[in-house]
Parts: sequence; structure tokens; C-alpha cells
Amino acid sequence: MTAVPTAAPTPAPGEDPAFSLAGTPESPRRVLMKGNEAIAEAAIQAGCDAYFGYPITPQAELLEWMARRMPEEGRTFIQAESELGAINMALGAAAAGARVLVSSSSPGISLMAEGMSYMAGSEVPIVLINVMRGGPGLGSIQPSQSDYFQAVKGHGHGDYRVPVLAPASIGEAMDLVATAFELAERYRTPAMLLADGILGQAMEPVELRFRTPERLEAPWALTGADGRSPRVIRSMNLEPEALEEHNLHLQEKYHAIAEREVRWDGERLNDADLVIVAYGTAARVARTAIARARASGLRAGLFRPITLWPFPTDELAALAQRVRGMLVVELSAGQMVEDVRLAVEGRVPVAFEGRMGGMVPSPDEVLDALRELDASGVSALRSRRARRRQPGPVSGVEHLHERTPLPDAEPGHEALSIFGDDAWMPLWYTVPVASRRGHDGPGRGKRGPAGHSGGKR
Amino acid sequence: MTAIAPAAPRVVYSRPALLTDVSTRYCPGCGHGIVHRLLAEVLEDLSLGPRTIAVAPVGCSVFAYEYLGLDWCEAPHGRAPAVATGIRRVRPDAFVLTYQGDGDLAAIGTGEIVHAAARGELITAIFVNNGIYGMTGGQMAPTTLLGQRTTSSPTGRDARDAGYPVPMTEMLAVLPGVAFAGRGSIADPSSIGRTKSMIRKACEAQLHGDGFAVVEVLSNCPVGWGMTATESIQHLKDVVVKTYPLGVLADRTGRGRPTAEGGSPAAGGPAPAATKEG
Repeated sequence: MTAVPTAAPTPAPGEDPAFSLAGTPESPRRVLMKGNEAIAEAAIQAGCDAYFGYPITPQAELLEWMARRMPEEGRTFIQAESELGAINMALGAAAAGARVLVSSSSPGISLMAEGMSYMAGSEVPIVLINVMRGGPGLGSIQPSQSDYFQAVKGHGHGDYRVPVLAPASIGEAMDLVATAFELAERYRTPAMLLADGILGQAMEPVELRFRTPERLEAPWALTGADGRSPRVIRSMNLEPEALEEHNLHLQEKYHAIAEREVRWDGERLNDADLVIVAYGTAARVARTAIARARASGLRAGLFRPITLWPFPTDELAALAQRVRGMLVVELSAGQMVEDVRLAVEGRVPVAFEGRMGGMVPSPDEVLDALRELDASGVSALRSRRARRRQPGPVSGVEHLHERTPLPDAEPGHEALSIFGDDAWMPLWYTVPVASRRGHDGPGRGKRGPAGHSGGKR
Repeated sequence: MTAIAPAAPRVVYSRPALLTDVSTRYCPGCGHGIVHRLLAEVLEDLSLGPRTIAVAPVGCSVFAYEYLGLDWCEAPHGRAPAVATGIRRVRPDAFVLTYQGDGDLAAIGTGEIVHAAARGELITAIFVNNGIYGMTGGQMAPTTLLGQRTTSSPTGRDARDAGYPVPMTEMLAVLPGVAFAGRGSIADPSSIGRTKSMIRKACEAQLHGDGFAVVEVLSNCPVGWGMTATESIQHLKDVVVKTYPLGVLADRTGRGRPTAEGGSPAAGGPAPAATKEG
């Protein structure tokens, strides 16, 4: 059931069929691309002016793609002396008003934490991609999601947050790169795209459908004080009153992001008794497990956070009103599961299944965990929950959109990939749950981010 | 008898317009004020103020953005050359300047300064060396002299424990990407004059596309050194210059932008590519 790329249009004479990005907006070309390279090209097409990086596996192809393509486009590429160098070059270029991308992998992100804190403090927009590997320390280069805490709870010091986007397919990653630039510039903040070794290294058919975010006015950017008063990009402020004021402004901004920018996707949730909560590659494995569960009569569904911060807390809380239990699947010892439990607040049991160090749980391991959740304690809850359940739609859940149902598969069809037959079905992109909440958040205050339309993207 | 008319008054000394009219946070007798003034004078002489983007360090001169009326970007500790590199590459028409102290440039920021210099970034770096971490209370720096007492070398810097003073500018001068490297001082008027001409040369190296340029300025820290201002100036002249001799350490100006193979266009190659810089 692996999606097979449709035949590409015949290349024009002299056109390199491997790298040609031809196609029309109505009929974008479909090609097989490696994740790192697809993400890099999507950033270029999103209008990235400058890229700074340092070699590290499993994101090295991203840097290599940029090394070749950015000069072709007449844009800036520097292979820095370290991740410290790269993130600070990014700080400078973005402070000068450029659209900037930086990428690295886990140990490199640790080094970049300092720069992220400074950019959050001085409100400099950049996009940082973490193609996660196994940790801690030097760890391994295999896929892992062990940097969830780092990405979501803060990389560097200080009270700050950054939007974190977690694609589950290469095509979605390409789209979310543009979204990350939009969020970064709309809110003057660093934004992160959190991928893993599989999303970076695997090849998938993708449509060459690109998005170039509109350029916003940047009346803060450094251009030289020619005919205007000097501008300073800084995070230092030794006056406690003034620094508290600045922090309040930042928190107001984060509040606005949390109100407006939650993104998530759901599958087979409308009749689900049990829900798997997973993001990124773990969500791909979960889909196969869910299909097998349904084949054996267990009504399971998938809830997939796309923004890890802001986290879809309210949506999960609403979902907890109508299911019997949740299973969180991660390529870690269990990090996002803490946020799920905070969202669910004990309404339903939340179990966890995960592997570490570059190991990926098989669909059957996930299925076993799902059956265990079904058997243990959940059945006891069944009657109690049935009594408590409100009739009719539950607030917030009506936005759970059912995706095209996948055929229920029999167990044992693992021939096509290590994740099983359903893992590589094309994932649909989702849209922000913009209609879910009002758009009169506090971010519209005197120093609020400008230009937010509140529209769907 | 015709009376001799008195000469019309003539301004011989005034505050450069780029120096903002505020009191600095620097300690009495500190040399940073002199370096700020020299920089302001050179930028005004070359009419660079309106297109300058400067990068401020962490350390005593962290507030440089309050004293020089330019566009400034704050850098994390030691990272000014990397921040300046990013600015340089996306703003080819800007004049890009860094201002760093010795803790910033010669300790935590060695990686960034060495590689900005190695790449020959068109950046002018002002490196103020007073041999101590002034802002944090006078701790030992890599540039601290042997035997010098600081709050973190209370019995004096011991070569067996803390190694030797780092001659940062000599180390940078050997890199082919460096167009100009020199060391001046603020100890007396003639040194100040020579330092100013080095700063001017380092700015022109960027304008002509010659490469990276650095001027180390030996300065004092009366409070950190435990001296009066006068004693500290005398110490600079008598003692510090023995470890850090003054003068031009590398001058590869006039060569223009290098070729891809690293050759100099001045030696018969194609014309310098960076004509818009000059």
C-alpha cells in the first residue's frame, strides 16, 4: 500500500530530471525526495535569504543542498566553524532583516541554545531545524524524539517559548518550513521545526508545491542609521522594572501564539474508544497499529499534535471526555506524555509506549500496548464513563475532522517498510484550528505582533 | 597705527556628532572613552556613520550602543565576529564593525574571531585589551600578565597553572584572510594618534575589500588593576607594552578581494570584485 509516485512529466531537452523543479502551480510535479533535501529546497522556495550550518548527521544533506543551491540563487550560504558560529551568524543576518534558516541535529542544537535565548530576548526571527538523533551526549545518528523537552520547554535560559512544528511526512515538512517562517516573522521569534532521523534521511514522494510567505515590514531591522535615529537589537536590560516590562510583553506574545496557532491532525477519532497520541515518525507507526487494531475490532484513533508548542491542550481535554483511554507513543522515554497527562488531567488513563536510542517501536508493539490499555483498568472505567458522558457533541471536538478512512489491514503485512503497510500512506496537512478560538487575544496590544490575519493557512 | 584685529575664534576641539551626549558607565580613568572617541572620529572622517552596523560585546563595553549613535546589534559573549559575519553577508553595502574586550575576544570568543579572520570577512574589529575581566569584578583574563594579581589569581598569574598571556593579534596576523592587524595604546597623545591612524587603516581595508582588519588597543583598568588612573597609565607604558609590543603586525591592504584560488587581484589578476564597498 505504499504510495507510488505518479509518472513525472517528460523533462524538457537538457533538463536534469533528477533535480528539475519544473511544474505548474496547478499541477505541481511529483518527485521522490530525501527529507533533508526537500526541506532545504522548500526553505529556498519560501524565500530564505541566508543559511548557516555546521556538518552533523543526520542533517548533513540539508547543509549540502544549501551549499549548492543558495549560491545558485545568489543568496548567502556559510558553513560555520561551529554551531555557535552558525546560530550567531543567523542572529546577525536576521537582525539585519534577512529571512534566515539554520539547521542542526541534537548535540548541535544544545550548542545553539545560547543563541536561541538571545534571539528570543531580542525578538529576532529565524527558523531552526532539528533533525533529532539519539541521545544523550553524542548518542547515535538513528531517529529519536528525545529532544522534545529541549524543543518545547526551552533550549536556553530565561522565560521564553518558541513555536515548535512537528511534521510527520516529508511533504508536510516542506509545507511547515514556510509556516515556520510565517510564525517567526509574524511574532518576531525564533521558530523550530522538529524532525527526526527518518524524516531527514528517508525518501518519499512529494509534490513540488511551495509557499513563499509574504514579507512583513521590519521597522526594527538594522540597516544603518541613515536619516533616522539609531536602532539597537539587544536583550540586556539592567533595570528590573524595564526588564519585567519586556518580559510581560514577551509573555503576552506567547499567550497570543498559544491562542491562535495550535495545529493538530486527527484520524478515525469520531467513533474511537482509544486514542493514540503521537507526532512525527511515531505517528506513522501508530497509523499501522490503529489499522490493525480496527481489523481486530478495537476502535482506535490517532491524535497527532503538529504544534508541540503551543500544545493542543484544549483539544486533548475535549477528546478525553469521549474516549476510554489514551496511549502516547514516542521515540523517547516519555516526554510528550507529560503534556498529554497535563491536558487530560486524570479524566482517562494515559499509557505510554516508546523506544529509545534510535530504536523504533514496531506496529505490533504499539498494538500490544493498545490492547494492554484496553484490558487493564479501562474496562472498569467503561461503565463509569458511560454514565458521565454527555449526549451530543462535546465542545471542541466537532472540529476533529475525519480523514479519508484507510482500509483496515490484517496484521502481518509488513513487507513494504519497517513501519508496516500504512505508515507511508500520504499524510494530509492540516490547517490551524483558527475558528476554534477568538482572535481578540492580548497580542493585539500596543506592542503586539503586527500583521496577523487570523486566517487559515 | 593700525590696530591688529583679533583672530576670529576657531574650533579646535569638539565632540564628534556620533558620540551621544550622555555620561558613560565607565569607571574614572577608564580607557574605553578614548577608544570610543577615536572610533567616532574615524567614522566621521570617512562619512561611515549612516551605513555602519556595529556589534556590541559582553563586558564593560556592552553599553557601547548607548555611547555611539549607530545601529547596533548585541552579541552573546564572544560571538560578535559571527554576528557581524551574518550582517556582513546579507548587507553588502553596510560598514560592519565589532567592538570587543579581551575576555570576549581572547577567551570565550576565540573560535569566532579566528574563523571570521580566516574567512577574510570584510569586518573591522576593535579589540580593547586591558588584561582583565573588568565588568565582573577584575578576574584573570587570557591576556593577564604573568605575576599580575587579580581577584581570580590572588597571588599573581602563575605560568605553571594559568599558562601565558595570549598574543591574540599576533596569532591573527598570520592568517592570509587578515588585511590589517595592528596594536596601539591609549597611554599618551602620540600613541593615541598612532592608534587612530591604525583604526582608520582598518576601516579602509574593509572599504577596499582587502579582508578582515583588527586593531588591538592596549587600555587600562585602574579599578581592576588596583591603581590610580595615573599609575595605571604609567603601568601601561612601562610594563604592559613589554608583553604586548606596539606596532603594525600585518598589512596586506591594497590587494582587493582575493580570487577563488586565494590570489591577489592586485598582482595582475582581475579587478577587485568588491568595488561597491569602496
